[in-house]
Amino acid sequence: MSTLSRATDKDRWFMPLLVFDALAGLAMAAVMWAALLYAGDAVNLAGVEQVAQRIFYFHIGSNIAALLGFLGSVVGSIGYLVSRRLVWDRWAAASVEIGTIFGILVLLSGAIWAKPAWNTFWIWEPRLTTSTITVLIYIAYMLFRNGFEDPETRARFAGVYAMFAFLSVPLTYYSARLFRSIHPIVFDGANEEAQGGFGIGPTMGQTLTVAMIGFALLFFALLFHRVRQLEFENRINAVRESVDE
Amino acid sequence: MTTAAASLIRCEHVEKRFGHKRVLRDVSFTVVEGEILSLLGANGSGKTTLLRIVSALVMPDKGEVWLGPVPLSSAADEIRRYIGVVAHYPLLYDRLTGIENLEFYARLYDLTEPQKRIEELLRTMDLWRWRDDSVQTYSRGMSQRLAIARALLHDPPVVILDEPDTGLDREGIQLLDGLVAQLRSRGRAVFATTHNLERAKSWSDQVFELRSGYLHHVECSDRIGH
Amino acid sequence: MAESSEAERVTSRGGGLAAYLRRVHAVAEKDVRAEMRSKEVVGTMAAFAVLAAVVFGLAFDLRVPRPELVVPGILWVIVLFAGVLGLHRSFGSEVERGTLAGLLLAPVERSAIYLGKVAANLLYFLIVEALLLPALLILFDVNLFEPFILLGLFLGTVGYVGVGTLFAALTSRNRARETLLPVVLLPVLAPLFISGVGLTSVILDNRGSAEVWPWVGIIGLYDALVFAVAFLLVDVIWEQI
Repeated sequence: MSTLSRATDKDRWFMPLLVFDALAGLAMAAVMWAALLYAGDAVNLAGVEQVAQRIFYFHIGSNIAALLGFLGSVVGSIGYLVSRRLVWDRWAAASVEIGTIFGILVLLSGAIWAKPAWNTFWIWEPRLTTSTITVLIYIAYMLFRNGFEDPETRARFAGVYAMFAFLSVPLTYYSARLFRSIHPIVFDGANEEAQGGFGIGPTMGQTLTVAMIGFALLFFALLFHRVRQLEFENRINAVRESVDE
Repeated sequence: MTTAAASLIRCEHVEKRFGHKRVLRDVSFTVVEGEILSLLGANGSGKTTLLRIVSALVMPDKGEVWLGPVPLSSAADEIRRYIGVVAHYPLLYDRLTGIENLEFYARLYDLTEPQKRIEELLRTMDLWRWRDDSVQTYSRGMSQRLAIARALLHDPPVVILDEPDTGLDREGIQLLDGLVAQLRSRGRAVFATTHNLERAKSWSDQVFELRSGYLHHVECSDRIGH
Repeated sequence: MAESSEAERVTSRGGGLAAYLRRVHAVAEKDVRAEMRSKEVVGTMAAFAVLAAVVFGLAFDLRVPRPELVVPGILWVIVLFAGVLGLHRSFGSEVERGTLAGLLLAPVERSAIYLGKVAANLLYFLIVEALLLPALLILFDVNLFEPFILLGLFLGTVGYVGVGTLFAALTSRNRARETLLPVVLLPVLAPLFISGVGLTSVILDNRGSAEVWPWVGIIGLYDALVFAVAFLLVDVIWEQI
């Protein structure tokens, strides 16, 4: 009855998690301050483009968090397929859920920035294409998981799916890049740098670092909470099953 | 007659859980050559799970199942050759004819003389006349008979019957009784699940019942002599 | 097994690659034979493909100056969607009728079952494509019977069927089943789709075969990865049913 005895354990991660939350909150406050006030203006831009450039810090920050989610899903899935311990699967699932939120933020912040900078919300630029496809894969992954009753079957099948997703994403990027290189319609490689591109001054570089750290901390805080929640769910199910017996 | 017969199925301390639900707890039994074991149990008692474990479809969480001297976990693909299963579903393809179904499985089991064996079985099962009809057109009893032929195609030493009497007509039950007697006399081990206590007692050497995952021995006073 | 001398008489131990391929062939032939009688999968896929070509023709009529501009996309979109339509049947029907257990009970490597299904599906896809290309020729007056387009279509179909068959096995156990298959399959197929459209465009624009090879490379790499991972993970799918 090891599962059951663990179900009545004290929640020993509660205090450390609270401290970590505070840390992530402070870091995000610092990101806000640095991105909106501390960082200098992009000197080569003017007007609305100069203001819009500041979304870049949130864009890159979310991107780091989305990337961590993607990596987490791969590590968790491999961990589960090798060890067959469901705790790995919970990390994979939580990583995808949190990663998807940040992935959507990446796409939205990119579109908001692209309108003043490129005069269009959307282009099929390789990185944008790849991010979009990745977010769609994440969403498919969550829907897929939803359809399984048995936690072990769910973990195995989700793990297999995550492996295929992981391998297809870099190929999506390369094919999208190759596609663009032969279709110089809206922006080709050089032109894209010029349109809305900007030099990075010292305060901007520092802000970028702060943003990346802040968003990474926020990602982990949310991830820990979600994993803890899934852990509780698991314990409740264990108790329920033992009551049924 | 035979003393110290070799064990064909040996199940040792098998445990299985699905999620948090413990379906089987410390299940152990042995079936020797020429012996028939019947397993009783309500729906959800773990009967199907145990059957799947013995037929090498599911691996137990703890414990081991041995077929003769070979542990199931060591070579699942190869070991399946020694098991024949008559399942709840007939495991037949509707669009194919009776003979095509058997030919297909004969190829999967790598039989050396498939045509001879297939004809022999179809005649025993009284299906030779309908061999070229698609299984879609078969009656329930005919499908069940073909399913038995399918399971015995490779003449397995271990035969597993999953509630064989549910889908059978009278004729089929007689046929099955005869077959089981024949399997017994040829030293095969039979592992059967059933709902029917009387039938279980009448043709089995051992009767067990699964209750919430535990295996209980059922006394059969009117056991037929051996 | 000690006491199986009699069993040994009837069964024979098959070993080696030839025996493996015989089992793959047995699974594929069984599927194709059943399909020849029902025409369920190929019929549906082919009807959908031609119908979709007509719908695209109507949608773009008078709006697109040169059909060559949109035909690469049309070709691959139709292949993608027609494929999803057929794929789920390859395990869907086995699961519905419970015959999957019969396959899994046999002493057959799980990868042989998978490959047999892949072979059958590949045949269905190629038949449908053989009908689709003339339909596109008639409706759009664009000739897609170019060696490189055919090569790209073939390699792309191989990769598609490779992932698709595996995903069909995955979703056959899911509550949402066929509804879910396109949702999980299409984003993973993005590299094939992009490369297929790219390759077809290069040929239709007469840009020379030098530009074709990178596309063939991506599709080939995709195929290789798909089958490598499928072989690695196919046992995981059916380790319990």
